[in-house]
Amino acid sequence: MNAGRKLWSALVLLSVTVVLWSCDAGHDATPMANATAGNARPLPAPRSGYHYQSADTQALQDDAFANPGTLWLDQGATLWSQDAAPGGPGRYPSCASCHGELATQPLRGVALRYPRLDAAADQLQTLASRINGCRTDQQQQAPWAFESDALLALTALVANQSHGMTLARTIDASLQPFFDAGEHYYYQRRGQMNLACHHCHENNVGRMLRGDRLSQGLGNGYPAYRLQWQKLGSLQRRLRFCNVGVRAEPHPFGAPEYANLELYLQWRATGLTVETPAVRR
Amino acid sequence: MVWQCQHHRYPRRLYGLSLLAMLKTRISIPATAPAGAAIEIKTLISHPMESGFRRDARGEAIARNILTRFECHYNDRLVFGCDLQPGMAANPFIRFSARIDVSGTFRFRWVDQHGAETIETRDLSVTP
Repeated sequence: MNAGRKLWSALVLLSVTVVLWSCDAGHDATPMANATAGNARPLPAPRSGYHYQSADTQALQDDAFANPGTLWLDQGATLWSQDAAPGGPGRYPSCASCHGELATQPLRGVALRYPRLDAAADQLQTLASRINGCRTDQQQQAPWAFESDALLALTALVANQSHGMTLARTIDASLQPFFDAGEHYYYQRRGQMNLACHHCHENNVGRMLRGDRLSQGLGNGYPAYRLQWQKLGSLQRRLRFCNVGVRAEPHPFGAPEYANLELYLQWRATGLTVETPAVRR
Repeated sequence: MVWQCQHHRYPRRLYGLSLLAMLKTRISIPATAPAGAAIEIKTLISHPMESGFRRDARGEAIARNILTRFECHYNDRLVFGCDLQPGMAANPFIRFSARIDVSGTFRFRWVDQHGAETIETRDLSVTP
């Protein structure tokens, strides 16, 4: 079975490569990069969710002042530089006391590497859970609740330091099981509507779903300000929202299923730039 | 697929801005301007602007919580003011322009429905 599967994968990969190779060379370089990363499916060239927003929403995201996500960046900057709790110098250190001043963008590029493998726990660790890890271990404070403004603010602040950087996630052997689980989730039908992610975000991209235009469902702008939420929200909140949309029971925040899916989505977004905080409908 | 009405698990805006006890504001204004020139002023404030028409996961009404008034004074003279209503989106963004002849201080004031004020000031110097 294994050999047959490998043969099948090799055939598909070959055909994908041939198809891509026969395309105009300058037309789309990105899907080839994706197709060689271990997945045999012919993926479309990644397009940011930005592309599927109305001109007004795009303008709101592009406006460095009016983008409402910047309110959370401001709060994140405050949290970054202040001690986690009063108690004397260094007792409950601020983020800045370990990582450095924000102006130097000390964590630039870090968001591109999350979710990453937490070898001790044998599961993926998202950026938000890493920040909460710092909070409990280094700052000796109770972890922030998922979707709390403080956690969103710091997550957005860290992700924003990678703003404009190109996602280029490579999947090594240690990540492969989680990647495969994420991919499986993506193509797994679920919920009363019996829909998988790809039914909307691969097969019907660009078409209308009631008032919304279906995007490729990539997370390069998250945490993002969604007009519907009227606030900043994490990618996991968006994924839960998708689950509920197909009438499936969502997983709790921080579930490994979402971390795996985040990794898979990040790989699919190879070639896109980080837009945090994006504005989405 | 129903996207907007049925996800009772995530009522829009219910999270509020609990940790932002003091409202965060952003104000965009030039530090200097030529006399007589019209300058553009942009303001943004974090506020849930809860309309009072929504219900929570248990079907109970969510109390209205809105800003009701925004004013901008320049050297104690009203430059711009407006009433805010429940239909406004969260985090109100207000943009207006003003023509400035002398140096002075802008005073921005937001008032919520309980009368609590958020006040910010910005100095502007006029170049000849």
